[in-house]
Amino acid sequence: MSILVDKKTRLVVQGITGSEGSFHTKQMVEYKTKVVAGVTPGKGGTDYEGIPIFNTVKDAVDATKANTSVIFVPASFAADAILEAADAGIKVIICITEGIPAADMIPVYHYLKTKNAILIGPNCPGVISPGKAKIGIMPGFIHKEGRVGVISRSGTLTYEAVKQLTDLGIGQSTCVGIGGDPVIGSRFIDIIKLFNEDPDTDGIVMIGEIGGSAEEEAAEYIKKNVKKPVVGFIAGQTAPPGRRMGHAGAIISGGKGTAAEKMAALKKAGIKVVKSPADLGITMKKALDAYYKKV
Amino acid sequence: MKIHEYQAKDILRRFNVAVPKGRPVFTPEDAVRVAKEELGGSVWVVKAQIHAGGRGKGGGVKVAKSLHEVYEFSKAMLGMKLVTHQTGPEGRIVKRLLIEQGINIDKELYIGITLDRAISKNVLMASTEGGMEIEKVAEETPEKIIKEAIDPMLGLRPNQARKIAFALGLSGIQHKNAVAFLLALYKAYDQTDASLAEINPLVVTKEGDVMALDAKMNFDDNALFRHKDIAEFRDIDEEDPLEVEASRYNLNYVKLDGNVGCMVNGAGLAMATMDIIKLAGGEPANFLDVGGGANKETVANGFKIILSDPNVKAILINIFGGIVRCDRVAEGVISAAKEINISLPIVVRLEGTNAVEARTMLQNSGLSLIPASTLADAADKITRVLAQNETVSA
Repeated sequence: MSILVDKKTRLVVQGITGSEGSFHTKQMVEYKTKVVAGVTPGKGGTDYEGIPIFNTVKDAVDATKANTSVIFVPASFAADAILEAADAGIKVIICITEGIPAADMIPVYHYLKTKNAILIGPNCPGVISPGKAKIGIMPGFIHKEGRVGVISRSGTLTYEAVKQLTDLGIGQSTCVGIGGDPVIGSRFIDIIKLFNEDPDTDGIVMIGEIGGSAEEEAAEYIKKNVKKPVVGFIAGQTAPPGRRMGHAGAIISGGKGTAAEKMAALKKAGIKVVKSPADLGITMKKALDAYYKKV
Repeated sequence: MKIHEYQAKDILRRFNVAVPKGRPVFTPEDAVRVAKEELGGSVWVVKAQIHAGGRGKGGGVKVAKSLHEVYEFSKAMLGMKLVTHQTGPEGRIVKRLLIEQGINIDKELYIGITLDRAISKNVLMASTEGGMEIEKVAEETPEKIIKEAIDPMLGLRPNQARKIAFALGLSGIQHKNAVAFLLALYKAYDQTDASLAEINPLVVTKEGDVMALDAKMNFDDNALFRHKDIAEFRDIDEEDPLEVEASRYNLNYVKLDGNVGCMVNGAGLAMATMDIIKLAGGEPANFLDVGGGANKETVANGFKIILSDPNVKAILINIFGGIVRCDRVAEGVISAAKEINISLPIVVRLEGTNAVEARTMLQNSGLSLIPASTLADAADKITRVLAQNETVSA
């Protein structure tokens, strides 16, 4: 199994005719993801590479039974696109778009709770369950089907961790990029809960970064509930306070959200914390070996 | 984005938030003219305008009791290097002043509005400990901070504002004015897409007025597209010239104090690369995210920015090519390195699509580029390069 997306995923691409949307649709189809529909207002009735395009998400859902959405629409329209997907009954919404104002995302976050929909992102690489479905912009070929869950706030750093795992022969159940913004649909704790409940995930790699307190919150949960091995890394050990490191959310403010603080919280929760991102794969390999011996 | 105090007060005035009368000036003569003709009265405050807090302790805020003092203080402050706990030891040169009317202070309070990421809501924070560093108050006496979460659908409600004003110990006319102040401040925060509105101190006067003696506002960069007026408040004198230059090329660059420059795609990997440099025995000279499209041009511009920092002794390029093909990036690195004629050691780690071809290209380029395969290998090679540097300089 896996979490969030799998062979049953029927994907609608919102913003399918844009340059990002069309490029990545091709890549997702190549990975054998079931892309059943696209949405571009005003282009309903046409198609992209044989994929039918609809004016609204509702039309797409009615006609194709789409159950998952990925969003590539520009930042100023993206928050509304998320709401449209939720109103159409989509339960897993993955928003790739970068640069959405935080004020637009706050009401979206709370509205989605009332709709029972899961939002991943925005400003994220997406979700992949290797061998089953790739929803997003990550390179499919570095992944390998397997039993380790990966969760991260960043894109390329996630690829780095995945590559290390794959090179060591360790496959992944699902890899989730939750995004680097201050307001995101799903936090570490939400996804780690899913990994913990997934019988086909045996270990979890969590890659955090400076800013906020989501890693600490997840550490509390892990300490109480997770028996599977967890390996953690926090990026930004050398970042100075008060400076935003690329991601809107990656900023140490008021002395809070430092890497040292987060690493200490993770360690306290029994997570194997690596100082160097180069050690993520090998540390998980050792942790898994020990875990399999015990079970 | 950060703005100056006087600009924040201009915005607050538009939303009917009470602030003292004042005006920005650029010369001591203007300071005197503003004090005498526009403000009147017998007490004025001369305030240095830089994008950093703690100005009072550094000598950037003075109370003048005569026009002569207004002139003298302004003259001394303009052009001075102001060092505060937020500027770092290099300080900031003062180029603008705010001249304000003096206020008859009864109480100093604290008000702040910002996003609480843990609950994805804005929160209003208030404290009776005005004028202090709020981080210190939060740490030492957290019970003295009152927090009120704001529902995004409803906004700040009058009953919440009343509750806070009572908790701050206000009554009568002071309470009434404080409630109006809080509601207006939230409106200003909300309608300008601010990420922070901090009033420290908020003062209550003997006459019962409640006003923002100081005002700090930061704005969400992602929302500036719909606030052209606020975007115009940007003061590039307050930013690092290299960072301003980098932003022109759409590069995300933050200057640091170390000796190893780095160029990376992706913010998370860029931070992780900085961490690797430190573990390898170096100090990162910068954060540089070249973004999704690492091509010849972005790489060349990245090199230019990194090399303008004289402290850089070595460079680490770390690109994870997912959609981007590594052989294309290698092409870019080789042609940029040739064009700019770089003499520093450059460790290049390209991973992902076509990484093997890319490594061969680097090796055959005739340039002294040092290819690395894994992240661990890159760290190792940086350590070696730094050790060699030391032997050479010794």
